[in-house]
Amino acid sequence: MFDFTEEELNRYSRHILLKDVGVEGQEKIREAKVLVIGAGGLGAPVAMYLAAAGVGTIGIVDGDVVDLSNLQRQIIHTTPDVGRPKVESAKETMTSINPNVKVVTYQDFLRADNVLDIVRDYDFVVDGTDNFPVKFLINDACVMAGKPFSHGGILRFEGQTFTYVPGHACYRCMFKTPPPANAVPTCSQAGVLGAIAGMLGTIQAAETLKYITGVGELLTDKLLTFNAKTMDFRKINVRRRDNCPLCGQNPTVTELIDYEQGVCDLASHKN
Amino acid sequence: MATITVNGDKQEVALPITISALIKQNNVAQPEMVSVQVNEEFVDREDFDKTTLKEGDSVDFLYFMGGGSL
Repeated sequence: MFDFTEEELNRYSRHILLKDVGVEGQEKIREAKVLVIGAGGLGAPVAMYLAAAGVGTIGIVDGDVVDLSNLQRQIIHTTPDVGRPKVESAKETMTSINPNVKVVTYQDFLRADNVLDIVRDYDFVVDGTDNFPVKFLINDACVMAGKPFSHGGILRFEGQTFTYVPGHACYRCMFKTPPPANAVPTCSQAGVLGAIAGMLGTIQAAETLKYITGVGELLTDKLLTFNAKTMDFRKINVRRRDNCPLCGQNPTVTELIDYEQGVCDLASHKN
Repeated sequence: MATITVNGDKQEVALPITISALIKQNNVAQPEMVSVQVNEEFVDREDFDKTTLKEGDSVDFLYFMGGGSL
């Protein structure tokens, strides 16, 4: 039987009322371990909603500190947090939303030599990072380790996301290799409407909860894109690529790679 | 002329047309980085010049999108 306290039954009552979730689904949520990579624009809403939802263990990875220019969209941090490690500030917000969840912090950036160790302990991974070397690293590590994950990207007024589950299309099926350094703007260079991060992050949080509870259909083999200027949403069917360099029949990517981090010109945007 | 679908919208094109030409015609930003599907099958970049489209084809341009953490 489920041993939810009165406090928990009350806190999660709107989940439990959902026929598709119920006490059983809430128990799955409580048992789940989710890793959120990046405590920024996407990671903020993801981590807050997962904490609120009662995900039992939430890992959060970020090596950065809070900058004033983050606050326009990274709503997990507040003005007094400027200068603090993002993972600390994030953990504080998450546990104040829901003290029942265990938050594990990794004040570090992901690299080829640490990603598998960190990912290993979790059931589901959320990519809330801002740069392509790490997006490819997360994809490669999750495909190699057989971990499902949610991919997310935002730029200006647009966002895109898909959910990887082993056996389905991966990021490299869609984009074989990272773009050349400095070729693609990240949001630090190109700007992003703050609320777009919330729109996309909450989709990623919903996908995570759907995966955990088994409710509905995930965005597997589908790339969801939207443009907030027109509010056009589009689901593009994507198919696993036979010649995918990672999950195809003759893979050429057989170990994790630290791609050159050149896409993100941070220096010009710090204060 | 033929009608094809590009990113969900109908478009009239003059045949013959290759993927490379369609990319140009649609003023795709940073064409060297777009991923292309024709009828839900990815086409390798090396084949953009030699892959021609026909009436009724459905083409998707997929763009890199970063953003999130910073």
